Amino acid sequence: MTADLDYLESQSIYILREAYNRIDKLALLWSIGKDSNVLLWLCRKAFFGRVPFPVVQLDTAMELQEVYDFRDRIAGEWDLDLRVEQCPPEADMDQTLPPLTRAAARKTEGLKNLLRTGKYQGIMVGIRRDEQATRAKERVFSPRSLEGDWDVKDQPAEFWDHYKTRFDEGTHVRIHPLLHWTELDIWRYSKREGIPIVPLYFAKDGKRYRSLGEKNITFPVDSTAGTIDEIIAELVVTRIPERAGRAMDNEAEDSFERLRSSGYM
Amino acid sequence: MDIRNELNGQLRIVIVGHVDHGKSTLIGRLLNDTGSLPDGKVEQVHEMSRKRGMPFEWAFVMDALQAERDQGITIDTTQIHFKTEQRPYVIIDAPGHTEFLKNMVTGASQADAALLVIDAAEGALEQSRRHAFLLHLLGVRQVAVAVNKMDRVDFDQYRFEAVSQEIRAYLAELGLHTSTVIPIAARHGDNIVSRSDKAPWYEGPTVVEALDAFRPQQAPTELPLRFPLQDVYKPDDRRILAGRIESGRLRVGDTLRFSPTGATATVVSIEGWNHSQPIVAAQAGQSIGITLDKRIFAERGHVAHHEEGAPHVTHRLGVRAFWLTSEPLAVGKTYTLKITTGEHRVTVESITAVIDIEDLSSTPAKAVHRNEVAEVVLRSRSPIAVDLASALSRTGRGVLIDGHDVVGGCIVVEVDEGPTASANTTEVSHAVTADERNAANGHKGGVLWLTGLSGAGKSTLAMALERALFDRGWQVFVLDGDNVRNGLNAGLGFSAEDRAENIRRVAETAKLFADAGVLVIASLISPLQADRARARAIGGERFHEVYVAADLATCESRDPKGLYRRARAGEIPDFTGVSAPYEAPESAELTIDTGTVTPVEALGELLDYVDGAFGRNALKRGRV
Repeated sequence: MTADLDYLESQSIYILREAYNRIDKLALLWSIGKDSNVLLWLCRKAFFGRVPFPVVQLDTAMELQEVYDFRDRIAGEWDLDLRVEQCPPEADMDQTLPPLTRAAARKTEGLKNLLRTGKYQGIMVGIRRDEQATRAKERVFSPRSLEGDWDVKDQPAEFWDHYKTRFDEGTHVRIHPLLHWTELDIWRYSKREGIPIVPLYFAKDGKRYRSLGEKNITFPVDSTAGTIDEIIAELVVTRIPERAGRAMDNEAEDSFERLRSSGYM
Repeated sequence: MDIRNELNGQLRIVIVGHVDHGKSTLIGRLLNDTGSLPDGKVEQVHEMSRKRGMPFEWAFVMDALQAERDQGITIDTTQIHFKTEQRPYVIIDAPGHTEFLKNMVTGASQADAALLVIDAAEGALEQSRRHAFLLHLLGVRQVAVAVNKMDRVDFDQYRFEAVSQEIRAYLAELGLHTSTVIPIAARHGDNIVSRSDKAPWYEGPTVVEALDAFRPQQAPTELPLRFPLQDVYKPDDRRILAGRIESGRLRVGDTLRFSPTGATATVVSIEGWNHSQPIVAAQAGQSIGITLDKRIFAERGHVAHHEEGAPHVTHRLGVRAFWLTSEPLAVGKTYTLKITTGEHRVTVESITAVIDIEDLSSTPAKAVHRNEVAEVVLRSRSPIAVDLASALSRTGRGVLIDGHDVVGGCIVVEVDEGPTASANTTEVSHAVTADERNAANGHKGGVLWLTGLSGAGKSTLAMALERALFDRGWQVFVLDGDNVRNGLNAGLGFSAEDRAENIRRVAETAKLFADAGVLVIASLISPLQADRARARAIGGERFHEVYVAADLATCESRDPKGLYRRARAGEIPDFTGVSAPYEAPESAELTIDTGTVTPVEALGELLDYVDGAFGRNALKRGRV
């Protein structure tokens, strides 16, 4: 029974089509993880086989090799308009941030650099509410200043699938088509649709990546799940949070909130 | 728990209530007691509480934001997942603070059911009632009530019954059915997951049992088809109309009609990607794309439906609106009304009543302020395909947009079918008829000819009338005698011949405006009966003459432009009333004596007349 997946899929397609119709100069942020792979897949469904906007990877040159291999293969097979953007070095980051959070902030700066070019008004990101408490507060269409700042205290009204799609000059919008999905949904949908997956998610020698990030700040968790079915079974019973292997989240109580209010995904 | 159970329909619950009545605490407790918190969370919250010198604070589980922890309040709506033995849930936590209403609406609109939390000691305060009212408006029909902090009233049964009866009565008046009111103490876990022994007199369900008794909202597949278009794609030689079915079903081979255009075509295919089988049918809730047998004009905002059970097509709707922004909604203001994907410029024609959420009484008002709910009449220049919210909620509700922001929401409670361009016209007509213009404008086009002596008050009255009508959303324009002499009639002097030509040109111009649907207010001395008769002949039956009367002495004492003084001094020849005749009308449709009534009274009289002669009722009486 996968009627609930049909509902999730339909809702995401609706959001993608709204974004494509209402926002000029869209791009999709591809982290090459499981969520943004599902997002790309949904784009192909929404637009009948093609992804009609550029796909941007914010590269820190710190991803695992398997991630780069996967990127190059899929970009070719799916005929993506891939744009790789290099992120500035860690030395340029806000030095008041804790060190691991600082490393993560490189992507924020890479994104800001991209937005400063004025090439994009809408950035689609595959975040989900269940990943992290501050992401749970997100809107589907989330307005940002040019610098990417998120004014969490004054977010627009968003109800009955009416999204904020009009903006002042110099601002941009983050679009979150997967906000209502859960980690389990992502895996069940990937299985149903046969969506390609970076092999790092599957257990090797008792460890697997549950959430993929740069190799200096992301670590595999204990697991024996070697197939999608085993991952699904693991998630149904686990009480370990998804981002447990993301070092920066837990560095300080507000690490992630600080990252996000200054523009992190 | 086996995986199949996991796949049972997820239920979305919104938790609402007055600030400080304990919503976040209830949620924290619910998550903990159902074993839904990730490892380490309780320790984290212990640490956060300790750092702030507080006893263990369950609300920190939800109030993830630094500012929220420091101020001890929930700022924005958030969502969190948990599961009971029955099924998975998403909890939507909605803030209780009045100023955060837009966040509450954002949260609550996504819910299948609601849990309303009320403080046992304080009872249902304003926000509790407002939230209940909004739940109803937002379409949330299943509500359970938790009377919290029962420990503070020693689990007193009579106190519980009093609060319970009060809120039940209020909900019943709204038409919200609640079967369940539960006495709880969230901080201590009483009646959350396990039954409390402190309230032995209570025999109803616990919170979890009440949640498990709710039913997921069903996609309305059995209602009439509504397929609003989102976009049109041309990926190759196909022309795919994309959108989401909001209600009903659609099959390949169905004949669809598109409102408001009235175009019809047959569904050739339902397009998909990565489907092994051709798709032959689709239903409410699905995002789809279709191709048609002929190339009709169809675009975003048009609504496809079957021949039977068509939506209303209208220029005028009565809505129940809630207002979210500091700038008030006011009569005469223009907003964008967005219903599904269709956007329409609408003007607020009237505010029928503002609803008092305390006792649900109605009072008339000129404006609707933030957090208020009101009955409002909206007029659109373009025809809107719409349903009554009571019949088809998803196509019977919308948002109001001002500039870049969503400033309010509304549900459609009344549709004025009126004399409108028929939705049943199959042929696309290139001619816009007078009827259609009248329907779009909500009034007839015509000429209101104000005649009278200089200083009688014609211009003042004309300008005031123009303002008042414009504010009501009318298409209105003043052709002022003095103003046209600077442009259109710049070459004309004041000889009898030139005056006649002046009037003829103004009458012809006024007629063109009237043809275009505008109410023209022509303000000219036009002293001669013969000239006015010619103007009437040009204007036809839409020509209405208003005699702005004031005796010469009154006009001369006013002398706003100093003309009488100069005429008396012989500086202006042939000045009407002084050195040229004024022939008072014998059969004017209306006479207003500005010498005996105040300007406000004069405007009132004129407005009443215009309303009767050109307004909505005139439209109903007969077509022009």
